Amino acid sequence: MARAVTNKTKAINTAIAWTVGILIFFPILWTILTSFKSEATAIADPPVFLFFDWTLDNYTTVQERSNYFRHFMNSVVISIGSTVIGLAIAIPAAWAMAFVPGKQTKNVLMWMLSTKMLPPVGVLVPLYLLFRDWGLLDTRIGLVIVLTLINLPIIIWMLYTYFREIPNDILEAARMDGATLRSEVIYVLLPMAVPGIASTLLLNIILAWNEAFWTLNLTAANSAPLTAFIASYSSPEGLFYAKLSAASTMAIAPILIMGWFSQKQLVRGLTFGAVK
Amino acid sequence: MTITRTLLGSAASLGLAAGLATTAVAQDNVTLTIATVNNGDMIRMQGLTDDFKEQYPNIDLEWVTLEENVLRQRVTQDIATSGGQFDVMTIGVYEVPIWAEQGWLTPLEDLPENYDTDDLLPSIREALSVDDQLFAAPFYGESAMVMYRTDLAEEAGVTIPDQPTWTDIKAAAEAMTDQDAGIYGICLRGKPGWGENMALIGAMANSYGARWFDMDWQAQFESETWNEVLTDYLDLMTNYGPPGAAANGFNENLSLFQQGKCGMWIDATVAASFVTDPDDSTVADSVGFAQFPNKEGVDNHGNWLWIWTLAVPAGSQKAEAAQQFVAWATSQDYTQLVAENEGWRAAPPGTRTSLYENEQYQEAAPFAEMTLNSINAVDTSAPAEGEIPYTGAQYVAIPEFQGIGTAVGQTFSAALAGQMDAEQALQSAQQLTQREIDRAGYGSD
Repeated sequence: MARAVTNKTKAINTAIAWTVGILIFFPILWTILTSFKSEATAIADPPVFLFFDWTLDNYTTVQERSNYFRHFMNSVVISIGSTVIGLAIAIPAAWAMAFVPGKQTKNVLMWMLSTKMLPPVGVLVPLYLLFRDWGLLDTRIGLVIVLTLINLPIIIWMLYTYFREIPNDILEAARMDGATLRSEVIYVLLPMAVPGIASTLLLNIILAWNEAFWTLNLTAANSAPLTAFIASYSSPEGLFYAKLSAASTMAIAPILIMGWFSQKQLVRGLTFGAVK
Repeated sequence: MTITRTLLGSAASLGLAAGLATTAVAQDNVTLTIATVNNGDMIRMQGLTDDFKEQYPNIDLEWVTLEENVLRQRVTQDIATSGGQFDVMTIGVYEVPIWAEQGWLTPLEDLPENYDTDDLLPSIREALSVDDQLFAAPFYGESAMVMYRTDLAEEAGVTIPDQPTWTDIKAAAEAMTDQDAGIYGICLRGKPGWGENMALIGAMANSYGARWFDMDWQAQFESETWNEVLTDYLDLMTNYGPPGAAANGFNENLSLFQQGKCGMWIDATVAASFVTDPDDSTVADSVGFAQFPNKEGVDNHGNWLWIWTLAVPAGSQKAEAAQQFVAWATSQDYTQLVAENEGWRAAPPGTRTSLYENEQYQEAAPFAEMTLNSINAVDTSAPAEGEIPYTGAQYVAIPEFQGIGTAVGQTFSAALAGQMDAEQALQSAQQLTQREIDRAGYGSD
């Protein structure tokens, strides 16, 4: 029998949820507000919240100084490219591990995850030298390869978890009906795993979009994405917080909007199998 | 069949011709990728490059602007691995002699005749040369000085001399502090880092007569002089500094000073143009300047020198075009160009004698004379009192200094935050510095 939820409990839960939500969102809101202030108002003490002379000057300056569209397109190509290639590799890999596990499957999964435990800077120089020799420095394709590789363990793990929730009997039934391996994966497995794949895809795009170590270290002028665009407005000698906030807002806006519209899929995918 | 062959042949010939034509054009047209730091003077330069393009229509410029620490890591990695990503690099005075001796920089031998290297300030030229050969061109230079509130000093009844001692500074800080009104007598850097708190404390140590190493590369933190330096720094900041000073760097102190919360601020001379800018500073018309303090009896005003320079990596395929750009950006004509477009106050400071002889600049920049005095007082070949085995200014010009300076800065910042006392911080600094310097093999010959 389900436990009755009183109105009081409901109100308390709602208040807590809103408080936590506002706390988490506040830094982003503050960045957005600061982007509309003058540099002097941005550092005012006590801080000014809403009542100041709103200005678009920072956005105008940022537009004049930087080629936003080029950085934006680089971010789009790199994040979508690495996600699509990652999924193309991860779906068959996760299928094999979920439905045809071997003795070492668990160890392979753990080994893949362990690559995420290595600090990226540990492999920076070797990778930089490889990229230099292969002519991949400051290229989109180079970044797509790196981001695919660093996010692959997470994609495989997520898909493996979703696939494990799908009853093997359904796939066996398809095989008994004469489905080939290709048909089984494309026509039976994938339609059932769409929520999981969609959330993996979205999460991976977000991770790739926000990646700020490799995208800063392996790029110069041509393939630098929005992370480099933000970094170009940070200064240890000079107060440019309002311009930095404008650049940050412009960089996070696309992914924030995408996340807002796809939050249902994201939540559904991330909590899939969490409650039984 | 014959027609197909003819068409294919023609297409191939056309393709080849087009390819050759493209190669010919590519040889004429050059795109320079310039790595630079995000600060006001560099951004201003990016806005004025139409003038360069008029003079050199075959040279295009691509900018990679990064935050200082990211830039340093990025260009070091690229030059050390011959990555070839940048044709012109913005580097600091610390890197220039080290990289030049490694053979990583192109000597600037092809500067135009009218460049006038003799016009460069002597201390700047010396700091950027190895064996009298210039390896980087100075874009702007800075030393450190005292910026103080003339109105608060007057109210408190104190006078800050042009060449104050640390005793003068302490007395003025005490007199100006009014914590109930949110005014702190002195603001100094506390944020850990070799270019953060250690820039200030390193210069302060020089002005007390302390040194990092003796001639045998033995660290000197256990000396009485270092004890005085750190004790006085902690006393000043604890009694007359703002709360949470252990997290304050240049920007945080700039913000405090501009809002009228600091009586004095000792920091880079480049800050003078910010604190006297009426658009951003609430105290713009009541700022006075004085030279970096010294300890009584020590003839050393800190020896703080920082220069942002433009350098060309060794082995660059575009060295000629790169040197043309470097010469343009650091020339007297460029200074004139800035003055015409944005006024003399915005001219990049601290590199050329002619700027400080210019009456229009002297009039527009009230801090000009003190900036020049501060830079001229620097001797990078002998930054500290007594015999020392290193050169530098508020830093030691060895590759290991970044790591050592930052680690020592962390212990001093911890002392400022109250996590240890001065003696413990100095002991810790002594141990870690000696360990690193021994590991690197200094003094083992």
